[in-house]
Amino acid sequence: MLWQFNSGSPIYSQLIHQIKQGIVSGIFPPGERLPSVRDLATEAGVNPNTMQRALAELERDGLVYSQRTAGRFVTEDKDMIEAAKRGLAEAQIHAFLTAMTHLGYEKEEILTLVRQESEREATEHGGSGM
Amino acid sequence: MAVLECNALTKRYGKTPALEDVTFAIEPGRIVGLLGPNGSGKTTLIKLANGLLTPTAGDIRICGTAPGRATRSVVSYLPERTCIPLWMTTRQLMDFYQDFYRDFRRDAAEEMLRHLNIRENQHIKQMSKGTREKVQLIMVMSRAASLYLLDEPIGGVDPATRDYILSTIISNYNPEAAVVISTHLIADVERVLDEVIFINQGRLVLQASVDEIREEKGMSVDELFREVFKC
Repeated sequence: MLWQFNSGSPIYSQLIHQIKQGIVSGIFPPGERLPSVRDLATEAGVNPNTMQRALAELERDGLVYSQRTAGRFVTEDKDMIEAAKRGLAEAQIHAFLTAMTHLGYEKEEILTLVRQESEREATEHGGSGM
Repeated sequence: MAVLECNALTKRYGKTPALEDVTFAIEPGRIVGLLGPNGSGKTTLIKLANGLLTPTAGDIRICGTAPGRATRSVVSYLPERTCIPLWMTTRQLMDFYQDFYRDFRRDAAEEMLRHLNIRENQHIKQMSKGTREKVQLIMVMSRAASLYLLDEPIGGVDPATRDYILSTIISNYNPEAAVVISTHLIADVERVLDEVIFINQGRLVLQASVDEIREEKGMSVDELFREVFKC
């Protein structure tokens, strides 16, 4: 998993975001055991207490759960993972819409542009045999 | 109990003030950045904590005790300059540490050396400057100390080694111990830290957690540092 951080927001919230992405994209599959706090912290290059805080928050949201001795696991609740995926998607779309509005586009124009771009991409990929 | 505690700590070299009225405490389990521009008093503070200097006024305590012979057994210190005996081999250096420190975890040291492909029969003299720094840091982090004082641990090494050093610090993390890292390379260490202490011209400017700073100011510690210490 590739860990990346920006400078503007707290590190623990960036960790939450990236672990969520890992769960949604299947890097951490449903029901699977997560690496230990120390291993995750070492891998991400972050402070173990910060990693602990991020995991505790994910646990409060229900996306991960801990079993006293066995460690932390990803939830098996597919609906919950789907909801998290939806949440991440909405955040992406919201950020995109805000950026487009700043460029001066209206709602309808944005939708048209998105459709055009995705059709163009599809034909380009089709042309290259992918 | 705080692992390191300073109360109105003051140190002057003759008439030149190096630290003025510094008060703070560091709790167990914390990794703390001691940050300040050159000449702000970082090394003076670390040397006071080691008992290499004595305060002019105020006091400094390690786990409740003033620095001295007793605290040396619980403090693991990485000085600013490498000071391991050059004529020794890595193995002899481990023997040396094992003789001196009861808390030396030889197996941990051996594993880290193996990981970096440093042979045990290699002489320190034959190593590059960066490798010597790594070897010394491995010795320092292989002790099961209560307080680690790392003075500029990443100053003279390349970015890949820097990452290795930081991951060594994280993977040796112990909830009972505290780590103090003095540096001015803030962007590199920021993610590893719980909290930061800013000092400037011998005075404490700020003690706060990294995420508090990011949350409240909307900027990284590195950016805040540049703003506070703008020349």
